[in-house]
Amino acid sequence: MEEFLQQLTNGLAVGGIYALIALGYTMVYGVLKLINFAHGDLFTYGAYLGLTLLTSLALTDRVGFALGLLILVLMVMGLVAVLGAVLERAAYRPLRKSPRLSAVVSALGASIFLQNTLMLIYGARFQVYPDDILPAVTFDLFGLYLPLMRVLIVLASVLMMVALYLFIQKTRIGTAIRAAAIDQDAARLMGIDVDRVILLVFLLGPALGGVAGLMVGLYYGQINFTMGWVYGMKAFTAAILGGIGNIPGAMVGGLLLGVIEALGAAYISIAWKDAIAFCVLISILIVRPTGLLGERVADKI
Amino acid sequence: MNRAGLAVAGLSAALLSVAPLFLDAYQVDVLNSIGLYALLALSLNLILGEAGLFNMGHAAFYAMGAYTAAILNTRYQVPILWTLPLSGAVAGVFALLVARPVIHLRGDYLMIVTIGVGEIIRIALINDVFGITGGANGIFGISRPKLFGLTIRQPQEFFYLIWGCVALTIFLFLRLKRSRFGRALNYLREDEVAAEGNGIDTDYYKLAAFGLGAAWAGMVGTLFATKMTIISPESFSFWESVVLFMIVILGGAGNIAGVLLASFLVVGLPELFREFAGARMLVFGLVMMVMMVFRSQGLLPAQGRS
Repeated sequence: MEEFLQQLTNGLAVGGIYALIALGYTMVYGVLKLINFAHGDLFTYGAYLGLTLLTSLALTDRVGFALGLLILVLMVMGLVAVLGAVLERAAYRPLRKSPRLSAVVSALGASIFLQNTLMLIYGARFQVYPDDILPAVTFDLFGLYLPLMRVLIVLASVLMMVALYLFIQKTRIGTAIRAAAIDQDAARLMGIDVDRVILLVFLLGPALGGVAGLMVGLYYGQINFTMGWVYGMKAFTAAILGGIGNIPGAMVGGLLLGVIEALGAAYISIAWKDAIAFCVLISILIVRPTGLLGERVADKI
Repeated sequence: MNRAGLAVAGLSAALLSVAPLFLDAYQVDVLNSIGLYALLALSLNLILGEAGLFNMGHAAFYAMGAYTAAILNTRYQVPILWTLPLSGAVAGVFALLVARPVIHLRGDYLMIVTIGVGEIIRIALINDVFGITGGANGIFGISRPKLFGLTIRQPQEFFYLIWGCVALTIFLFLRLKRSRFGRALNYLREDEVAAEGNGIDTDYYKLAAFGLGAAWAGMVGTLFATKMTIISPESFSFWESVVLFMIVILGGAGNIAGVLLASFLVVGLPELFREFAGARMLVFGLVMMVMMVFRSQGLLPAQGRS
């Protein structure tokens, strides 16, 4: 039982990370009906930028770890968001009217490009996060061993998801995003600047994905330039699992996938961990392509 | 094909057939890998180019063939070229089983599924599934092919084996393209609803293209296994599938000449610029983005029948 709960909390932390990345996929898909294959690489940029800022500015030494970490998170969010907007301009906007395959190939090209830029800058080897950023505090909850970072990740990801949900549901801009997702032409007729909505989506998604990258760096301690591809596929699985285009779906899907994976690794086999996520993906596409929460049946899936 | 096209094709064939006489072993070996990639890309072209099915897990079928050949050869001493039909059959049947439940999925979803299948196969190979794949180390000691009592060892000898297969493949696939089957594939690629309306059983044709392309890739796997004598899961990574996808798209999906040209460019060019080897994928990524904006139909676009 203790082992089970331990794995469950680990799964929730990883799931929170998946959910944050999945939000980027799902928002872009909602508005553009495009799978942004380069999203996973923006996540990797978050991890690398975080590492560089962390070591070069030494914020946590100067202003304490809590404030330092907060500033770091905001900086990473801002930088990766700008990168996301540039990506949209360079790789997707020129292809807005092109056939689907063109946009998919361009997205893939962008992904390869981004990944290899990182490799040329930082080298192909694993990069290591310093391990003395967080105080080595461990919570002991009824015999459950909870490292501080795990608790922080779960809290921060839930906080960001709730904030995003409220933003989308309660504000005027959020309403515009939802309107553009339902029908772009009708939204345009209602005076919504759809191009700006798309830009906004490409700022928000990558910002969350970038934070997820930073979290992975802090949680696991090492990062690699190709990791965006595996995390991206998993997050995409999470988005499909919850129902792509559906924001609460991405959150539920992410947390669920994290837990499934953690339990699968513990009770089935750790060597097959990555295969479990792909099996979930394929099964859900066969059995229920709309996902758990997807009520709108997307055309011709 | 017009007269100029025919002249270019004849000239390249003539040049290629005498090339090993003037090149050193390393250069011939580069041509051999171009040939293998060309074979794989041609088989993918059947799925992606002719039928318009986004398959980004082609390396999985290639791996199935290579491992079938390697296991039969090293465990049961089956002569390597005799394993060809079985490698093809295993890869083809596997592709049909996998594709059957997902073949109706829309383009990018099908792509995601094939990526997933490719990864599952790779992970299975690394985990030494059924205890026969040799895990991460793979299988070694695969024998050289024997043809008419002659053992093929040198790169020059492999050159003629591989490019002979390329020539045969081109011939067969050109015939296929002009057949009723090929036209049906093109039709459903261009407009699936109209094709179905005209009585084309789209699921059947899609599956047939998928199975045939995968079976072909499986047979190429045999060639690869016997050329390398060692195979390991690393040779069948996601990036292999991406490179093949790229060759077909950049060359011109549905155009055999385009696919051949792109095989030379994508596999051959990096060999000429070895000092920039690290930037190879970076350039490919950039080319893919730029091509999609300015020439999304590929270098040599597929042509309709006149």
